[in-house]
Amino acid sequence: MELLLQAFSWLLTPESWTQQGGALQRLFEHLGVTIGVVALSAGIALPLGVMIGHTRRWTTAVALLAGAARAIPTLGLLTLLGLALGIGLGAPVLALLVLAAPPLLAGAYAGVQAVDRAAVDGARSVGMSEAQIIRSVELPLALPVIVGGIRSATLQVVATATLAAYTSDTGLGRYIFSGLKSRDYPELIAGSLLVIALALLLDGSFALLMKRHASAPRSDLKTTTTSPGRNPS
Amino acid sequence: MIEFDRVTKRYADGSPAVADVSFTVPSHKTVVLVGSSGSGKTTLLRMVNRMVDPTSGRVLIDDVDVTTMDPVRLRRSIGYVLQSGGLLPHRTVVENIAIVPRLNGATRPDARERALTMLDTVGLDRDLASRFPAQLSGGQQQRVGVARALASDPNILLMDEPFGAVDPIVRRSLQHELRELQRTLGKTILFVTHDIDEALALADEIIIVAAHGVIAQRGTPTEILTRPANAFVAEFVGVDRPERRLRLADAAGVEVVTDASGRPIGTLER
Ligand SMILES: Nc1ncnc2c1ncn2[C@@H]1O[C@H](COP(=O)(O)OP(=O)(O)OP(=O)(O)O)[C@@H](O)[C@H]1O
Ligand SMILES: [Mg+2]
Repeated sequence: MELLLQAFSWLLTPESWTQQGGALQRLFEHLGVTIGVVALSAGIALPLGVMIGHTRRWTTAVALLAGAARAIPTLGLLTLLGLALGIGLGAPVLALLVLAAPPLLAGAYAGVQAVDRAAVDGARSVGMSEAQIIRSVELPLALPVIVGGIRSATLQVVATATLAAYTSDTGLGRYIFSGLKSRDYPELIAGSLLVIALALLLDGSFALLMKRHASAPRSDLKTTTTSPGRNPS
Repeated sequence: MIEFDRVTKRYADGSPAVADVSFTVPSHKTVVLVGSSGSGKTTLLRMVNRMVDPTSGRVLIDDVDVTTMDPVRLRRSIGYVLQSGGLLPHRTVVENIAIVPRLNGATRPDARERALTMLDTVGLDRDLASRFPAQLSGGQQQRVGVARALASDPNILLMDEPFGAVDPIVRRSLQHELRELQRTLGKTILFVTHDIDEALALADEIIIVAAHGVIAQRGTPTEILTRPANAFVAEFVGVDRPERRLRLADAAGVEVVTDASGRPIGTLER
């Protein structure tokens, strides 16, 4: 309790935030690493996932691969990469990319794959090209699931980005590592609280975004992707 | 003219859905495929716009093998009403209908105007234009499917049980509409149905399809009704059903047509 109060008092001290390498700077670094890693990973994983969902090829292979990638311990990977790449942001960014890819990939291919086949068939049979089908049928209909994938990737990365401080002086993880080393527990707790707050903030933004989307006029259709009017035959 | 030349289709699991089928759909005529479930009607229909490519044999449109044509361009030039509707759930009714004119290069306002006109054609209220497919009844969705197929004024129409979920009164009026369309605009129509009465009402020529697309008989409605080639066709057409065995009776000086059990159907004009 004492420690928690000290942590809060640390958080309420302006200098903790404003000084060189203070909380504000670290918060933005942490956010920057998170957004950068998720964006970079999404740039690769989303197109790949959408293509796999669209063509329905290699879905089993990719599901297995994504499952295997999920099982890789990020700290272990980071240590290996750190040994290979040395001090700096390179190793943690790579490790975080590996962490972010599976949920992104899974969201993209599962979302696209779940789009009602009758709608895709209809789009193709009126003469939409494959690119048009992806762009104006599969992506809009798969969007909630894809965004769900981005959400879970973001949450994992924002929590794990504390490890960036393992090999570089970046982000909120610094407070945790240095607090551990110098037994400055209030600072350690304050750092953890900031990571938690950032994660909650990001999660809340996603929740808001998805709710907005769901209550848009087209909402009732996002969920009903059943084929219309199938007559008994 | 659409020509099926010894067409066979084998899906991945082996046994042929359609085996060695040949027939033609003459230009500006309506040919109706009738047959029981799983006999390969949809498969045959989808070979015309290359939604299915034959395992062997050829499908020709005006003597050109469709497999030499670009499938996307081909599909844009053919109207197709899907058995399952196939509307886009995230687009409104008017957007769904406007898709084909848009793909064919019409401007947005033109396509929209065209789509609204098509709503009138298929007897749907323009108030429905901004609804989504899930907010329509099954029959209304089917009519939107028909409107979409007609929207870019294609020469060829492929219609896969387009009126199955529509109530009998609207169905009759849509059948009438389709006949008018065919008569005035000279569309070439390949139509699939389970309903032999619908086939009799629409067809210039009926093709009765048995399992694997085997043609049990082809002929005009009159030929099919009066000279069924075999027991399968006779059974399918129901030539022995009481409502097909009409009789003439006299009701106080008016000639009344009744079915075999004496129920009145209509009056006779000479
Ligand atoms: N994509 C597919 N993959 C495998 N088999 C298929 C496929 N499509 C159809 N079939 C099979 O081919 C046969 C013919 O199917 P088709 O859909 O052409 O029949 P249909 O005459 O249209 O039937 P219905 O009247 O029920 O619509 C069926 O046995 C069906 O199971
Ligand atoms: Mg069918």
